[in-house]
Amino acid sequence: MGLKEWVYKRSPLPEMWREHMAEYYAPKNFNIFYYAGSLLLLMVALQFLSGFLVLAHYIPSAENAYNSVFGIMYDVKYGWLMQYMHIDGSSLIFVLLYVHMARGMLYGSYKAPRELVWLIGYTLYLVFMAESFFGYVLPYSNLSYWAGTVITSLLKSIPFIGGWVTTIARGGPGISGDTLGRFMALHVTLVFILILGLIAVHILYLHKVGSNNPDGIDIKENKDSDGHPLDGIPFHPYYSVKDLSGFGVWLFIFSAIIFYAPTFHHIFLERTMSTPANALKSLPDVTPPWYLSPFYAMLRSIPNKTGGILVMVFAVLVPFILPWLDRNPVRSTRYRPVTRIMLIIFFINFFVLAWVGEQPPLPKFFLTERLGTAIYVGFFLLLPIVTMFEPTRKPPARVRYRAH
Amino acid sequence: MTEDIKNTQKSIEPQTSPAVITRRRFLTAMTAVTGTAVAGAVVVPMVQSLEPTAAASALATTTVDLTPIEPGMQVTAMWQEKPIIVINRTPEMLATLDETMQKGLLKDPNCTVPQQPPYCKNKYRSRIPEWYVGIRICNHLCCIPHYRPKKGSVAPWWLGGFHCPCHGSMYDLSCRVIKGSPAPHNMAVPEYEIDIAKKKVVVTHMYPLAHLC
Ligand code: HEM
Ligand code: FES
Repeated sequence: MGLKEWVYKRSPLPEMWREHMAEYYAPKNFNIFYYAGSLLLLMVALQFLSGFLVLAHYIPSAENAYNSVFGIMYDVKYGWLMQYMHIDGSSLIFVLLYVHMARGMLYGSYKAPRELVWLIGYTLYLVFMAESFFGYVLPYSNLSYWAGTVITSLLKSIPFIGGWVTTIARGGPGISGDTLGRFMALHVTLVFILILGLIAVHILYLHKVGSNNPDGIDIKENKDSDGHPLDGIPFHPYYSVKDLSGFGVWLFIFSAIIFYAPTFHHIFLERTMSTPANALKSLPDVTPPWYLSPFYAMLRSIPNKTGGILVMVFAVLVPFILPWLDRNPVRSTRYRPVTRIMLIIFFINFFVLAWVGEQPPLPKFFLTERLGTAIYVGFFLLLPIVTMFEPTRKPPARVRYRAH
Repeated sequence: MTEDIKNTQKSIEPQTSPAVITRRRFLTAMTAVTGTAVAGAVVVPMVQSLEPTAAASALATTTVDLTPIEPGMQVTAMWQEKPIIVINRTPEMLATLDETMQKGLLKDPNCTVPQQPPYCKNKYRSRIPEWYVGIRICNHLCCIPHYRPKKGSVAPWWLGGFHCPCHGSMYDLSCRVIKGSPAPHNMAVPEYEIDIAKKKVVVTHMYPLAHLC
């Protein structure tokens, strides 16, 4: 008996390989939006690598955190490279997350039978928000300090136990070196492990029900004599090779950003990150990173503390129930023009909210903020009604596909 | 091997007899109860290990010297890890306090919410009209508002006051919150003593009814 055979008999891997790669049939009409999922896997791996290497030099204390982060940038050999990989990587992960989610919304991927794939995916998005928040408090810059203060103060509005939860989260009455210790523990162990676990569950749940596609039709309804979907192709080698070429293009873009626009005009790395924490001074532009700023704009659009917090929590959580808000049995918005137009308005509005969230909080922006909030909330309120009555075209029986 | 197991199983009482079922239920219940108790006993120290280690603030007082603060100037000092602001308000600045009230700009113009000690429950929110002493923490989510005394500096109608960089809460020169701000209440005023002859302010302790943020 050869060694290979000996291992095969004892290993679960060959079977897993068949189930998830060689014999996982995916629709053959995937388009460019379908790269985002595998690119996210790549970015999480790279984030782990660069994070591991910067962690080796980071000191979680009020006295040393800020200087140790500057040391990584200026003294550690190639420290700047690792640091920019980590900073730009986190922004690009959110770019990919938004593309990935927008794809799911355009093609109705959240609808039956993929509701759990959507729920697990959206949970991942929320966990990523937490991960990046803990991460940007660690350098103990002015922005870190005030972002940490504001976000932990939100916890105070939890009924009854809010005050206690806030103290536990901060490790004291305010943000301090003690906060850095526990945020680092969360950032590198608990939350990161949660991300890895959720990714595995996300993909297992997807593979149980199979991938959706831009036409939103069920490829399992047309099978050949072997029982394989006629419109499906095995993930390996077809999509594995396609995804690898996607990795190449993506890494090219990623390196171009790291080398030529590392702060991306101070969108990926805000200016307020380069002043140390100061309990006596909040700098003029304490705005959250771009990927959280739509929610921040909604928080401050309401001239009432509780009201603002409720609107923000609603805005963050409402996409969870998207699978049940959409009442149209047809999945893809290719055949539902009204929903598609609403979605496009929703996406543009999300950008506007992100932009206005980055502006100083002056009265002249109130109108834009409130209008943006109304459109965001309005989309989710209108969706159940529109999707019940909207004109719908009949999707084709087989996927639309041009061989190449 | 398998034969052996089969034989042993045959020799004991049938798996479905009432005695066996009662015993199993009993064991399951016991395990569940003990398990919960142990888990609870472990969780308590785990959560408590996260509590702050030392009493964070030694309950100290802070004294601010008023001599260098000329009319129109402000000074920020640390008191129990919180910024305290002292402003020497000019007559023009004091006049804006009536103007904000007349124009109906304020959420709580008469300071009915006890955000200040009773002796500061007036439009100046201070013991002595010129001297404002307060905690410089935004009542919304704890940022430090910027001092913007110049008219028209934040919006065309601006009369001077504080503007928070975090979510744009606005306050007048007595730190009373302006309508349209996300902050619910006026900024807190602590308990303090002021001695004009000796030119000093001593901030003693937090006014217990005031809500910081
Ligand atoms: C790090 C985070 C994530 C990773 C690594 C990840 C990974 C993947 C991968 C590899 C696929 C299959 C390939 C593809 O269809 O693109 C997939 C599909 C999917 N993901 Fe994610 N995902 C993540 C986050 C999310 C989020 C935040 C959502 C939604 C809120 C989501 C919803 C979905 C849905 C609905 C599908 C099925 C799409 C379809 O078949 O059309 N995922 N994901
Ligand atoms: S903390 Fe001042 S407005 Fe939110």
